[in-house]
Amino acid sequence: MPMTRREAIAVGGAAVATATAAGATPQQEPVLVEVTLRVNGRARPLRIDPRVTLLDALREHLHLTGTKKGCDHGQCGACTVTVEGRRINACLSLAVMHDGDSVVTIEGLGHPGKLHPMQAAFVAHDGFQCGYCTPGQICSAIAMLDEIKAGIPSHVTADLMQVGFSDDEVRERMSGNICRCAAYPNIVAAIRDVHGDAGSERS
Amino acid sequence: MKAFTYQRATSPADAAAAVAAIPGARFIAGGTNLLDLMKLRIETPGHLVDINHVGLDRIEPTSAGGLRIGALVRNTDLAADTRVRRDYAVLSRALLAGASAQLRNKATTAGNLLQRTRCHYFYDTTKPCNKRVPGSGCAALGGINRNLAVLGTSDQCIATHPSDMAVAMRALDASIETVAPDGTARAIPIADFHLLPGKTPEIETALQPGELITGVVLPAPLGGRHVYRKVRDRASYAFAVVSVAAVLAPGRTRLAFGGLAPRPWRVEAGESEAGRGGAAVAEVVLAGAKPSEQNRFKLPLVQRLLTSVLADS
Repeated sequence: MPMTRREAIAVGGAAVATATAAGATPQQEPVLVEVTLRVNGRARPLRIDPRVTLLDALREHLHLTGTKKGCDHGQCGACTVTVEGRRINACLSLAVMHDGDSVVTIEGLGHPGKLHPMQAAFVAHDGFQCGYCTPGQICSAIAMLDEIKAGIPSHVTADLMQVGFSDDEVRERMSGNICRCAAYPNIVAAIRDVHGDAGSERS
Repeated sequence: MKAFTYQRATSPADAAAAVAAIPGARFIAGGTNLLDLMKLRIETPGHLVDINHVGLDRIEPTSAGGLRIGALVRNTDLAADTRVRRDYAVLSRALLAGASAQLRNKATTAGNLLQRTRCHYFYDTTKPCNKRVPGSGCAALGGINRNLAVLGTSDQCIATHPSDMAVAMRALDASIETVAPDGTARAIPIADFHLLPGKTPEIETALQPGELITGVVLPAPLGGRHVYRKVRDRASYAFAVVSVAAVLAPGRTRLAFGGLAPRPWRVEAGESEAGRGGAAVAEVVLAGAKPSEQNRFKLPLVQRLLTSVLADS
């Protein structure tokens, strides 16, 4: 039976995880730790090396490969997920530091046939070309709209006490998500659309 | 990453004692700088003490009319705090000018103060760096030094301190509160907190081994107009080439600079020249500057930045 690309990645991921655990510290066996992440609403107990980042826990241990590894140094935003409702770079956090935390990845937002409005808007506006940064862009964009709603200012907010939505705000607030294909105008359009729809629902 | 063991601390004193007791142990809070450096094996702690669950995450008024910012208050929350936005806008502005939203959501107040330089040669483990490997030399002196320091340097190191937040705190005369492994508390004025490199560029702060930052105290509000102007190579998400934190009140001007030195740079004598314009202030602030081949441009840039900021006041 032919494997899908996703299954191949999942199997490969398990092999990589084994190799890492076996080969990383020839001088000493790493002390494994028990961690339970709450990922997309489901408790996921893990027994891992404390070096495992949240990103690697998601991709290599839980096989949730929607979250992407770009730079692995907090510079590109491809690994953006929300933890306890806030967007972070999953590559710059250890899984062990998130014991008991709620994590939402792109897989938890929607799926073909039942897309999250932000996912649908990215499709409608061609908010991507290669798609590699897209899961991070979408997770980031959803959390970003929540930050505006919560009144958190940004570098381009003219009056710190008056926080609102504008294309300039979106560009500044999304600067932690790099798109190598430069789909930026369409990403801004997708986010503007979702904000507009949410705004009209509220009024 | 080098293998390490991990523990969650339950109180600040507990954390300080744990780090003091285990050689090679480090505190970890946001982790946004430390983990980056650990992946590159620039930092190689054998034990991490996670301080994310020790409290220290609130912003509270002080009896002197100021604010005490817990060490673990995230950069996002500090920038968004209504009191900070209203009374210490220069601090909000500085925070919002730094990093990305994802990083600010994680990065803490204490971690921001303790972040390491972004000098290319500190990061490049194939090159000598006295800060990374004491005594190995400084590749930056004759290398790509466009973005490095022009003030407070030594023949051992010309790295800058990369923080925006600390520059605003320097203008506000903040004080850094700590607890030692034996439980002793002390306060360090921010002016004395970051050390110049001299012959020991690897020693960057006044903290003793195991000493933990518990908070940062801001004195009562100064009033006036608050400005943080940052010159950088792109419009967002980049470190400062030069930055200035300014509090501009009638007869009372505060000016601190980023991107110029191994610590937030402030020359109080220059502030009294504010009425005479940017060139007069720059002359005092930049006294003794030793630019490298590629960063001489920072000197006129400081003057223009000051002229612009003071003209708007």
